[in-house]
Amino acid sequence: MGSYILKRLVSALPVLLGITVIVFLIMSLIPGDPATAILGSYATPDNVEKLNRDLGLDKPMVTRYFIWLGNMLTGDFGRSFSLNRPVIDEVLERFHATLILAGTSFVLCAVLGILAGTVSAARQYGAADKAITFVVLIGISIPSFFLGMMMILLFAVDLRWLPVSGMYAIYGGGDLPDLIWHLIMPATALAAVATGVVARLSRAAMLEVLRQDYIRTARAKGVPERRVIMGHALRAAMVSIIPVLGLQAGFVLSGAVYIEIVFQWPGIGRMLVDAILKRDLLLVQGGVVFVAACYVLFNIAVDVAQSLLDPRIKT
Amino acid sequence: MPFLNWTRRGLLMAATAALTLPVLAPGAQAQTPPGVLIVGQIAEPKSLDPAADTAVNDFRILVNLYEGLTRYKSGTLEVEPALAESWTISDDGTEYTFKLRPGVTFHDGTPLNAEAVKFNFDRMLDEAHPYHDTGPFPLAFFFGSVDKTEVVDDMTVKFTLSAPYAPFLSNLAYPTGLIVSPEAVKKDGKDFGRAPVGTGPFKFVEWKSNERVVIDKYEDYWGDKAGLQAVVFRPITDANTRVAEMLAGGIDMMVEVPPTSIGEFRTDAYQIFEEAGPHVWFLILNAKDGPFADKKVRQAANYAINKSAIVNDVLEGTATVAAGPTPPAFGWAYNDSLEPYPYDPEKARALLKEAGAEGAKLTFFVTEGGSGMLDPIPMGTAIQADLEAVGFDVEIQTYEWNTFLGEVNPGLSGKADMAEMAWMTNDPDTLPYLALRTEAWPDKGGFNSGYYSNPEVDKLLDAARTETDQAKRAKLYQQMQTIVQDDAPWVFVANWKQNAVATDRVENFELQPSFLLELKDVTKN
Repeated sequence: MGSYILKRLVSALPVLLGITVIVFLIMSLIPGDPATAILGSYATPDNVEKLNRDLGLDKPMVTRYFIWLGNMLTGDFGRSFSLNRPVIDEVLERFHATLILAGTSFVLCAVLGILAGTVSAARQYGAADKAITFVVLIGISIPSFFLGMMMILLFAVDLRWLPVSGMYAIYGGGDLPDLIWHLIMPATALAAVATGVVARLSRAAMLEVLRQDYIRTARAKGVPERRVIMGHALRAAMVSIIPVLGLQAGFVLSGAVYIEIVFQWPGIGRMLVDAILKRDLLLVQGGVVFVAACYVLFNIAVDVAQSLLDPRIKT
Repeated sequence: MPFLNWTRRGLLMAATAALTLPVLAPGAQAQTPPGVLIVGQIAEPKSLDPAADTAVNDFRILVNLYEGLTRYKSGTLEVEPALAESWTISDDGTEYTFKLRPGVTFHDGTPLNAEAVKFNFDRMLDEAHPYHDTGPFPLAFFFGSVDKTEVVDDMTVKFTLSAPYAPFLSNLAYPTGLIVSPEAVKKDGKDFGRAPVGTGPFKFVEWKSNERVVIDKYEDYWGDKAGLQAVVFRPITDANTRVAEMLAGGIDMMVEVPPTSIGEFRTDAYQIFEEAGPHVWFLILNAKDGPFADKKVRQAANYAINKSAIVNDVLEGTATVAAGPTPPAFGWAYNDSLEPYPYDPEKARALLKEAGAEGAKLTFFVTEGGSGMLDPIPMGTAIQADLEAVGFDVEIQTYEWNTFLGEVNPGLSGKADMAEMAWMTNDPDTLPYLALRTEAWPDKGGFNSGYYSNPEVDKLLDAARTETDQAKRAKLYQQMQTIVQDDAPWVFVANWKQNAVATDRVENFELQPSFLLELKDVTKN
C-alpha cells in the first residue's frame, strides 16, 4: 500500500508541472496586461511601459516562467500586486475559508445524500421515496447562486434569522458559534445540488444491492431490517457511492465560486475571479497551482480509500 | 418498521435542533452600535498607501486617514488650503511655495514639516530614492512636471516645475497627493500600505483581509475632531448582496447602489444621496476612416441617439444627459450655455442624406463593464437601436474590459467606427488634454482613439494648461467646449450621478462631487 501511494504521488509531479506551464501560458497570452488593468483610464503607452518595468514584466516570457518556478520551489510565490501582500499568505487564508465552506457542504451532502438515498431505496415507491425524490429533483434543478439569493431574501432580509453575508460578525463575533451562524446558509445552498446527486446515486446503488441473494438470505435468517440495510446493504453499496463522493467533492469546491460571491465568503474561488479580472498574474498562478495540487492529492486519497474498501481493485 | 421509526426520531431531533438554533444564536438582527459607522464598499482595497492606489474604492478610505497640501472645497471641485495654510506661485507659473500648517502631527506622533513633504514627493518621483521601492506608484505622473522639491525652512516647501502646469494645485488635492508619515514608511517599507499613518481625522486600527478595515477617531487631530468613534469598511463585491446587507441592517451606508435597486430604499428608514461627479460617458467616433470622417454624419449620430431615454430608462435616473466633453461638476470651467444635442431622428436622417451616408455600416465596440462604464451592454444596445432607426446598420462587438482597453486605446482605425468610453477626472484639463488633442493620437501616446484634430482646440488646451489665473483658464475651456460640441468627435451621452444610501441614524453626511467619501463630520446615533 505504501509503495502504491508513493507511486501515485511521484506520477502526480508531471501533472503539477504541466499545470504550471498551462496556467502561466494562459495568463501570459490572454489579452490585457496588469499595467493596463491597474492604470485603467490612465494607461498611456509610456505609463504602461514604466509600470510593467516596475512589476518585472518587461523580461521575456520564458525567463519569467523560470524565475517564477524557481522562486516557487523555494516557497516564494511572489507578491500580489492587486492586494499588495505575499501571494502565499492570501492563498492560504482564502483556501482555509473555502475548506471550511466546502468541507461543511461536503459532509452535509454526503450524510444527507446517503441517508436520503438509503431511505428511498428501503421504501421504494413508498411515500417517503416519492417525497425524497421530489425534493432531490428540486435540489438538482435549482442553480446554487439563485437558491443562495432566495435564501438571503427569505432568511436574512425578511425574517432576519440569519446574517446576509461574510464569515464572521463585523463586531463582537469571531468565535465558533459566530462562524457556524454565518455558515448555515452558504453551506446549505452549496450542498443542495450535490446532495441531490448523491441521493439519487445512493438510491440506485442500494436498490441494486437489495436485490442480491445474500440480502434475501439475511432477511430469511431473521436479521432485523435495520441491520440488513445499514450493515449488509449499505456497506456493499458504499463501493459504488465513494467514487461519486469523490466527484462531488470536486464539484462542491468549484461550485463554491458562485456561493462565495453571493455570500461574500472570503474563499479562494472569489479570490481567483477577482485576480483574473485584475490580471493579477502571480496571484492567479499561485492560487491555481495550489488548488490543483490539492485536487490531485484529494483524487489520490479517494483512489486509496476505494482500494481499501474493494479488494478487487489492484494496488 | 424499525428503520422508518429511526428516521422519524431523527427527523424530530433535526427539527428540534433547527427550531432552537435561532434562540441560541448570536443576535443576527442586532443593530449596529451608535458612533460606529459600517460602510459597504464595492471591493477589498488594494493598499492604503495613497501613492500606490488608483481606485476610487480605496480613495474612499484614504481621504479619512490622510490629508494633502490642498483639498477640494466641500461641494465643489475647487481647491482650498489643507495641510498647506497658504501658497504663492511665481509669475512664470513654475515655482509653487507652500507654507505648512503648524502643530500638525501624524498618527505616530511625528510632526508634519517640510522634510516630510519633500520625502513624500521624492519617494514617488525619484527612482534613486531609498524608499522608491515601496511602490510601484502608478499615478506618479500626476506630478510628472515636478522637477524638484526643496525644503526652504522647517515649515516652508518649494516645488519647481519643468513647465507651467495649472492643474498642479488640484492634483495635490487628488488622493495621489495625500501626505504619509515618512517615519512609518521607513519602519514598514513595502508593508506600509497595510499599516497606514497619516494626519487625517481618523487613524488606522486594523485591516482583516476580505473582512474589514477599521479606523478610529484621531484625538489629536488639528481641526474639528471626527463626529464618529470609528468607521468600519466592509468589502461586499456583489451588488445584490450589498443591497441585501443594507436591507437587513448589517451595514449603515452603502455606495454605488445599482440603479434597479434604488427604489427599495425610497422609505423613511433610509436616506438616498446623489451627487453629479466629474464623469462623462461618451462614444468615441472614428474621424479618420469610415462614415464618421464626415462631420455631418458624426452630428447625425448625436441627434439620432435618445439620451434622455438612456439616462431615465436604462440608468433609472442615476445620470444626466451630457452636453459636451466637460462634465458640469467642474462648475468654474463648465460652459453653461451649451445645450445637449436634442433627440431629433428627422434631422439625423436629413444630415445623413446630405452626407450621402444612408445605410452606412458601423462596427461598434461595447464592453461588458469597467470602471465608470455604468451599464454598458444595455446602453450599447439602446444606442444600436436608435442608430438603426435613422438608417445606420450597426454591428456590436463585445469585449471584456481589459481586452476592450487593449483594442480601443491603440486607436479605432481599421477596426471600428465607434466605441464606448467613460472618464472620471479631477481637473478639466485631464480628459480633453489626453483625448482630444492632435498631439494625443494613439501613436503619440495619448487617448485620442478617434483621431479628432482641430488646431483651434489644440491651441486653447495648450494655453489653458499654462494659465494660472483661474478666470482666464475657465474662458479657454469654455471656448474649447463650444468648438468640440459642434465638431462632434464623440457622441456625448451621460454624466453619472454617484449615489449612496444610509439609514436614518446617519447624520451630516454629504456626497462630494470628487466622489471621495469624507466622513469627518458624520455622526450616527
